[in-house]
Amino acid sequence: MNKNAKTYDVTVIGGGPAGLAAAISAHEQGAHVLLIEREDRLGGVLKQCIHDGFGLLRFGEKLSGCEYATRFMHKLEETDVEVRALTFASRIEKTDEGFLLSLIQSSGFEQVKSKSLVLATGCRERTARQVAIHGTRPAGVLTAGSAQYYINILGQLPGKNCVILGSGDIGLIMARRLTLEGANVLGVYEAKAEPSGLMRNIYQCLVDFDIPLHLSKTVTEVHGRERLTGVTVSAVDERMNPIPGTEEYIPCDTLILSVGLIPENELAESLGVKISRATKGPECNQDYETTVPGIFSCGNALHVNDLVDYVSESGENAGRAAAAYAKSGHEHRLKSVEVKTDKNFGYIVPSHIDLPAKDSVPFFFRTSKTRGRTRVKAFMDGKEVFSKVFAGLRPPEMEKIEIEAAKLQGAGPLQFTMEVDEHEQ
Amino acid sequence: MNSKEGKELICIVCPNGCRLNAAMGEDGQLSVTGNKCKRGEKFAQAELTNPTRSLTTTVRTSFSTMPWLPVRTDGEIPKKLIGDALKELQSVLIEKNLRCGEVVLTDLAGTGINVIAASDL
Ligand SMILES: Cc1cc2nc3c(=O)[nH]c(=O)nc-3n(C[C@H](O)[C@H](O)[C@H](O)COP(=O)(O)OP(=O)(O)OC[C@H]3O[C@@H](n4cnc5c(N)ncnc54)[C@H](O)[C@@H]3O)c2cc1C
Ligand code: SF4
Repeated sequence: MNKNAKTYDVTVIGGGPAGLAAAISAHEQGAHVLLIEREDRLGGVLKQCIHDGFGLLRFGEKLSGCEYATRFMHKLEETDVEVRALTFASRIEKTDEGFLLSLIQSSGFEQVKSKSLVLATGCRERTARQVAIHGTRPAGVLTAGSAQYYINILGQLPGKNCVILGSGDIGLIMARRLTLEGANVLGVYEAKAEPSGLMRNIYQCLVDFDIPLHLSKTVTEVHGRERLTGVTVSAVDERMNPIPGTEEYIPCDTLILSVGLIPENELAESLGVKISRATKGPECNQDYETTVPGIFSCGNALHVNDLVDYVSESGENAGRAAAAYAKSGHEHRLKSVEVKTDKNFGYIVPSHIDLPAKDSVPFFFRTSKTRGRTRVKAFMDGKEVFSKVFAGLRPPEMEKIEIEAAKLQGAGPLQFTMEVDEHEQ
Repeated sequence: MNSKEGKELICIVCPNGCRLNAAMGEDGQLSVTGNKCKRGEKFAQAELTNPTRSLTTTVRTSFSTMPWLPVRTDGEIPKKLIGDALKELQSVLIEKNLRCGEVVLTDLAGTGINVIAASDL
């Protein structure tokens, strides 16, 4: 091991909104912080998110994504956090004193030591390989994020006549962006019976521009040798199997995939961090500490968020906790309590709570399917510790609730339930 | 004559995205339901008379490190002027460094609304 390796209290990996918030909050706790970003500029995915709607919860303003990131970058500039861009954390080992990181940067290879880690590596998009589409692999098939990069960063239109597969938010945003840039968006096709993006995006990105949304339909085949010439779309049944005889050929030169995001956790997995099957991100406690002591996770690496405001909040919590861990290790812990849900939940974060908990504990959850008036309750040792009615729940919309730490003192587990509210008309 | 059914709208003012129903009463008064707050009413009123949107896009720069600068309107402009606004922005070329929030263009398409940089350059 390198004896002269520089040592930090907290190393944050990833310079998107989660990493920026984590680095700033760890610094505010007095920690000596290193922030690592593999790209040349900080900001993460927000660099290419030129549309607005970011920061309404935090700043009460409708900022564009880049503007939101810039606010944090300005704040970071006022700190002495060491920022290394164009630096890739290729390998991390656990040691007796903490962690040893192998960094690849333009100046060469370097190893540094850190007492704690915050993994803020974001998420990646599902690609054509992860959805079943037959046919060739011509040019003109790309993810919504790549299309966003082409248009907003490079200033290039990926095609003239576009079909969008999947009604995720990035696809909806791109439908509008492509239209404003002069492309023809022929339609958005969604295999599920309901859209997976936010209603407000359906409204302002599709309805505003008369772009049709086709539900329960999917792309089953792509055509074209070098360049895409068209796609076949088919209706699907409830099990998402294409219905024979419903095929329709649509000539187009571009197919944009907006079929979901998956947390990026290669580094976490290599460190033995346990990954949740529900969120595809690390299992964690209320401080976003993973199952490996001293490793924290936040932002879209932890679970895919729909509002960046919550991404920053998770970064702040993780950064603060990582700084505390670096200073004095863990406070005395009484026990760890599992957080469980009934089948009506898509998922809930955190997956467990380490007691004693402080102040109030935020929980983020998604419903497994669309529901009307619903009461969400939580029980501990048979006692109700939380109850709230939601006017409606939809899987694309993440919900946040808080429970006072004082109520979370039983033996556990903490059980969440959903039921139809009696007052439902 | 007067549709009692009303029009289905989604309020885009905040992340709640309330589903609104806006119906024009016989007295010419708009009645809005489904809104969690007052801003929803104002939104519905505008949607039925003069819908407005903020506009975000990119403008060309002379810098090779960042050839396109993200910009946005610092307020909302009438939806029907978005085409004109985009055309006007196509001819903009930024040749000096800017800070996020600085004005790039004033009085976009005659709306009185300014266009500001959404990133440092
Ligand atoms: C294409 C796309 C578009 C999106 N559009 C929206 C949107 O319109 N609105 C919205 O609210 N949300 C959007 N999201 C979700 C968005 O990702 C979050 O709002 C937010 O940007 C997540 O922040 P983050 O910091 O967790 O991740 P990111 O912004 O993804 O940042 C992660 C950073 O980590 C870096 N990194 C990863 N691995 C390493 C490594 N090993 N070493 C060094 N650096 C590393 C990456 O380069 C990146 O900069 C979008 C996501 C994607 C993928
Ligand atoms: S009505 Fe109010 S709460 Fe509902 S989306 Fe509009 S601004 Fe938000």
